[in-house]
Amino acid sequence: MSQIAYFNLPDVGEGLTEAEIVTWKVSVGDNVSVNQIIVEIETAKSLVELPVPFAGVVSELLAKEGDTVEVGKPIIAVKVAGTVGAVSTATSAIKIIDENEAAAAAADIAASVTDEPKKTPNLVGYGVMEGSHSGSRRRRGPIAATAPAVAAAAASLPPANPATELHNTVALASSEKVIAKPPIRKLARDLGVDLANISGSGVAGEILREDVVNGATQASVFRNLSTPEAPKTAEERIPVKGVRKAIATAMVQSAFTAPHVSIFVDVDATRTMEYVKRLKDSTDFAGVKVTPLLIMAKAMIWAVRRNPMVNSTWTDEEIIVHNFVNFGIAAATPRGLIVPNIKNAHEMSMLELAQAIQQLAATARDGKTTPADMKDGTITITNIGVFGVDTGTPILNPGEVGIVALGSIRPKPWVVNNEIQIRQVTTIGATFDHRVVDGDVASRFVQDVASVMEEPALLLD
Amino acid sequence: MTSQDRVPMVQLLNPEGEYGVPSAYAEYGKYIEALKEEDFLKFYRDMARMRRFDYEATALQRQGQLGLWIPAIGQEAAQIGSGYAVGHNDHIFPSYREHGVAITHGIDLMSILKMLRGVNHGGWNPDETRFHLYAIVLATQTLHATGYAMGVKFDGKVGNGDLENDLAVITYIGDGATAEGEASESFLFAATNKVPLVYFIQNNQYAISSPVATQTTVPLFQRGAGFGVPGIRIDGNDVLASYAVTKKHMDDAREGAGPHLIEALTYRMGAHTSSDDPTKYRSKDEEEYWKARDPLARLEKFLRRQGINQSFFDECEAAGEELSAYVRSETFALGNPPIENMFKHVYSEAHPLIEEQLAWLEGYEASFDDASGNGGAH
Repeated sequence: MSQIAYFNLPDVGEGLTEAEIVTWKVSVGDNVSVNQIIVEIETAKSLVELPVPFAGVVSELLAKEGDTVEVGKPIIAVKVAGTVGAVSTATSAIKIIDENEAAAAAADIAASVTDEPKKTPNLVGYGVMEGSHSGSRRRRGPIAATAPAVAAAAASLPPANPATELHNTVALASSEKVIAKPPIRKLARDLGVDLANISGSGVAGEILREDVVNGATQASVFRNLSTPEAPKTAEERIPVKGVRKAIATAMVQSAFTAPHVSIFVDVDATRTMEYVKRLKDSTDFAGVKVTPLLIMAKAMIWAVRRNPMVNSTWTDEEIIVHNFVNFGIAAATPRGLIVPNIKNAHEMSMLELAQAIQQLAATARDGKTTPADMKDGTITITNIGVFGVDTGTPILNPGEVGIVALGSIRPKPWVVNNEIQIRQVTTIGATFDHRVVDGDVASRFVQDVASVMEEPALLLD
Repeated sequence: MTSQDRVPMVQLLNPEGEYGVPSAYAEYGKYIEALKEEDFLKFYRDMARMRRFDYEATALQRQGQLGLWIPAIGQEAAQIGSGYAVGHNDHIFPSYREHGVAITHGIDLMSILKMLRGVNHGGWNPDETRFHLYAIVLATQTLHATGYAMGVKFDGKVGNGDLENDLAVITYIGDGATAEGEASESFLFAATNKVPLVYFIQNNQYAISSPVATQTTVPLFQRGAGFGVPGIRIDGNDVLASYAVTKKHMDDAREGAGPHLIEALTYRMGAHTSSDDPTKYRSKDEEEYWKARDPLARLEKFLRRQGINQSFFDECEAAGEELSAYVRSETFALGNPPIENMFKHVYSEAHPLIEEQLAWLEGYEASFDDASGNGGAH
């Protein structure tokens, strides 16, 4: 008598549920010996070679190369001469039938390959709760509860549905606790999703990525749009002092002494974004913060060289054209807006400038910016893009005649070679003191800055 | 690896299978000279047995018969040599890869397979075998060993000048586990209490995927020095060095010399466990380097030089076949253990909560249709 022995796909990792058949090393009709490698599979963890547990002749390969097979499904049938020894039913790793029953059994096996997943016990398997619940075991009725807590849990279970019972029991036990992996928690935080409000669709109520994403479409719509409670008093009076007062004075002085003229230009900053990414990845810039603002700053310093008038100071007697750049950066700090500047920025390499900007921002954030840091600026940049704003009409820092605003950079339709493409687009807004800078100079300066944003390679000039 | 090569280590058998005792290590020579031919054959037989067992267990895991396998191929010399150096009263506190040491102490290898299938917790009696249960939690065994050795000292069973009746303790630990806090705590207590304890570190070069160079900046044999545990490095792929050095320091420990540390420089030729894929973190070149230092091949060369003929190696091969067939058929026939086993050893005495839980589980199991035959507990 001979037997047909089926080798079911084992869980070769700890709690794997499926694997892909990569390469069969044997064909139907081949003789195989015990532990001969018959197939290479790829699991979520690695490529693994499987040795066959029986000796005999391969009678059938039950999965094709490229197929993803669930753990517990048969992958190969071997016709065994004589009989396989004692085999425990404790695992479902193999199945053995007598050859004369093979025809009937083959239909079963074939069905099980294409069927709904058969629930298979994994030896180790904290990852697959359903899998550990054998489909062939059927509960006869509710269990005799011995403890009150268990009784309560059992009573609240839906009526016998063997396929889901275990799952429900687990979900019930853990209903008070949010179950989510760390990356999912971070995603939720980034998207402003409160995990406590999300019902998880995973095993035991685990919150999965798609649960968070689905929750986020709603959450992000309402983000920051909640209506604050109505104030109890009719009005609130805030004393004008300190930084607020200084800002106000400077703005009034600037706006009402210097006739402001603002111009705007849209620019395709895709290459700038690519350049930023390249700099970030380069070892020279390791640990240095690289942002589009850096490229824009470098662009402005370069454009100043070509259009020196924008880097000057108006006194009623004379125009002082500076041949150095003390590069101002408007910084929002907890105490309000301040404009410290980087002295002699025109002498700096890209790396030095990046380090200086990083230093300036850190000092400002810590509230340690000194008056000297804010004195003698010659031209300023204001980065309003970080607030999600497209552009604005900046007001000049007193004593200066030019300021440029960097708006948000985001994907937008853009015409390239008469075709609409999605490009990283931003708007540059700039304001000048018309007493010094006329429209032609202003336009040329802004165009120069825009050119660099479109093609940072110009900086290599 | 290359920087570590420059640290001197005890090697009595070179990769070509040539025996010699360097003058610096003359004190170890006498332990080898005391061995008979049968001892050398026993070393080889058990190293071959250990390797064969490992191959079979690996296959069984890949056939769905074990939940996990923890290979030790490449570490045969370190384990068989040191295992046989342990005296007849001594106690052993292993980590979880000491299948070879288990062989030297008569542990039924099926017990190990049952544990990795999840049907027992080890299953051998440490009181009888003096080989304690595998410690899955890294480095905890160093504390168990230290505590046991302190007890030995309190009992006055050390330093009586009686090597036959005094006893010492050995604990096995991996390179990765030396980074655990427990290891440091253990070094300190062992040293300050001057207990009869030998630490046997198998430096197999990787803590799963982390190379040893990322775990320590000083060689591991020096790790205990600051605590007061002196150390020595041996060629862990040399079974004679492993035997002689362990033998000497176990004797010294029994004589009251206090703790000592042995770092056996070896290489895990396989994966960390069956869930690991070493090709992702180490090179073919490195594997080839160590293959040339294979402990089993080295001992075979030595034995052939000594005039041991082919029939001995054929016998070992046949014994391997037999062992393979035995563990295969036993493993395939393993049923599920009775469910009460998992409650049995939680408390030493009957406990109402445990009884309640067992009764619930029995009720739950009984509620299934027995006809399926899938619940081994019925």
